[in-house]
Amino acid sequence: MVSWKATLFRMKLRTEVIEGLRIAGESIRGNLLRSVLTTLGIVIGVVTVTLMATAIQGLDRSFSQAISFLGTDVLHVDQREWFIDSDVKWDAVQRRNRITIQQVRSVERGLDGVLGVAPVVMQPVLAVHHKNRSSSAVMLIATTDQYLTTSGITLSAGRFMTKAEAEGNRDVCVIGADIAEKLFVHESPVGQRLYVTSEALEVIGVVDRRGTVLGHLNLDSQIIIPIRKFFTGFGSGPSCIIDVKVGDAARLDAVREELRGLLRQIRRVAPGQPDDFAINQQEELLERFRKVSGVIATSGFFITGLSLFVGGIGIMNIMFVSVVERTAEIGLRKALGARRRTILLQFLIEAASVALIGGVIALVVARGLVEVGKQFLSTLALSPGVVLLALGVALATGIVSGFLPAWRAARMTPVEALRND
Amino acid sequence: MSLIRLDAICRSYDMGSETVHALRGVSLDIARGEYVAIMGPSGSGKSTLMNVLGCLDTPTSGTYKLNGHNVGEMDDDELADIRNREIGFVFQTFNLLARSTALRNVELPLVYAGADPDERREVALGALRDVGLADRVNHRPNEMSGGQRQRVAIARALVNRPSILLADEPTGNLDSRTGTEILELFEALSKKGNTLIVVTHEENVARHARRIIRIRDGLVESDALSHEAAH
Repeated sequence: MVSWKATLFRMKLRTEVIEGLRIAGESIRGNLLRSVLTTLGIVIGVVTVTLMATAIQGLDRSFSQAISFLGTDVLHVDQREWFIDSDVKWDAVQRRNRITIQQVRSVERGLDGVLGVAPVVMQPVLAVHHKNRSSSAVMLIATTDQYLTTSGITLSAGRFMTKAEAEGNRDVCVIGADIAEKLFVHESPVGQRLYVTSEALEVIGVVDRRGTVLGHLNLDSQIIIPIRKFFTGFGSGPSCIIDVKVGDAARLDAVREELRGLLRQIRRVAPGQPDDFAINQQEELLERFRKVSGVIATSGFFITGLSLFVGGIGIMNIMFVSVVERTAEIGLRKALGARRRTILLQFLIEAASVALIGGVIALVVARGLVEVGKQFLSTLALSPGVVLLALGVALATGIVSGFLPAWRAARMTPVEALRND
Repeated sequence: MSLIRLDAICRSYDMGSETVHALRGVSLDIARGEYVAIMGPSGSGKSTLMNVLGCLDTPTSGTYKLNGHNVGEMDDDELADIRNREIGFVFQTFNLLARSTALRNVELPLVYAGADPDERREVALGALRDVGLADRVNHRPNEMSGGQRQRVAIARALVNRPSILLADEPTGNLDSRTGTEILELFEALSKKGNTLIVVTHEENVARHARRIIRIRDGLVESDALSHEAAH
């Protein structure tokens, strides 16, 4: 008995929804211009939502791509933190002892279960030369054979340095794609000699093209040399960075703690004293970025909310007009057996349909705009998630703003409504 | 047992400071299969009586039993269901949905009854055939004459096989020839056993009914068989 009633209820609801859609269709077609004008507010609102979400996604993706050279599972031990928030901290950081190559060796020996540990010293040089050609604004990277693992780079020609070369003060180098292109036009770079200041180095490999980071840091204008060579030929003073490739993102935190303990031991930090080094990782950069994009999103969505609000008021207004215009029809429907819910549903469906049409128009417009925007930010794309968000927002706006008019229609008494002829 | 039993029905409206008593204690019995005319000058309370009979309005006091249901105690949605099942309305101004075809208009009560689309269509087509409009099924109201529109409305009123056909000035917007056609249709429906209640102020419309109830000042003034029936 109960289930029979439930079935009847569901059947009625289904019929009512179908009927509601039909009436909405007739009504919208009957007042096409008015309906389209009404959707304008929603269109503007939803276009804003869509573009905002797409832009943030695009920026996010572009930033993640840009910093992916750091590696998600790599810890970067450095004298100083990537982000220093106070002057006091800055002063303290300046007084820290440098990280020596001996300390890197100790880390290498003391740390188990990681894929690689590489010391890195970076120093900009003005130019490198080969015959009468030169390539300027070069970053000199002094490291060991382990760097191939920790940096995740791949080679387009030749090979990377061996352990023996790294330890043995050999005059070899691996060059970035831009340097290779500039110095060696009609010849293979591998086996050629080039000069960094007065030091002659043999090219043993070329790194695959990696691109630039956020338009500034050119990863293809790097020259990688054995760290021993650096200390003998270019300077012995600088502090090392230690890149530790963990290999398993899940163990990142555990390794980080182990590494921290080890470093405190190696650098003889007394118990209770703060660390005199920093362990940086890509996640920190992402967090910083997310804070910024969060602020953009919040302010953006506030503006968006405002335009949706205006759009919603437009729909509410037109629905009130529609209810008044169709008072007699409401009366008739009630006389013929339409319940309150039926009428409520009918007008809600109509409001939702108008809003949804606005949403669809908005998506078409947004799609066009995203295509244009792609020329400036190639990572822009209208994702399915954003499409759903846009339609959901439109639908919700329609239902919320349609509710009051629909409620008024549903509550009319049939006698009053019929009298209005 | 009567199909309709009104017992001391009062209906009053609050109009600001004063209370208007539209019905002041109407008692009536109408049996199944009767053809009744309700007459009265404007302001007599006949429209209010029709609204109460049609379950569009509930009495302030008194009891109304329709086909065994106590209408006075029902809420809005129950009244909607009762109207849907028990009453077929025919209005002076036809009240068809202008944008919908004759078939869609006639289907409407079945939609609210929750009938499935195939059944709906079939029953509605049958009802249109019964009023002689089998060839106007897909016409919209503005493509039909007044008489045809009123027949669509009658088909709609009958489509749910209601207990009562309740007509409010059904010929008021028709010329006399078409009006006569509609009254002939009523006659035929009555002969088939339908219960008809026609609210009118025209004597020659009321004359077609078997029984005439006259309302004045919210009370039944007279309740008698019509002369036509007496002959």
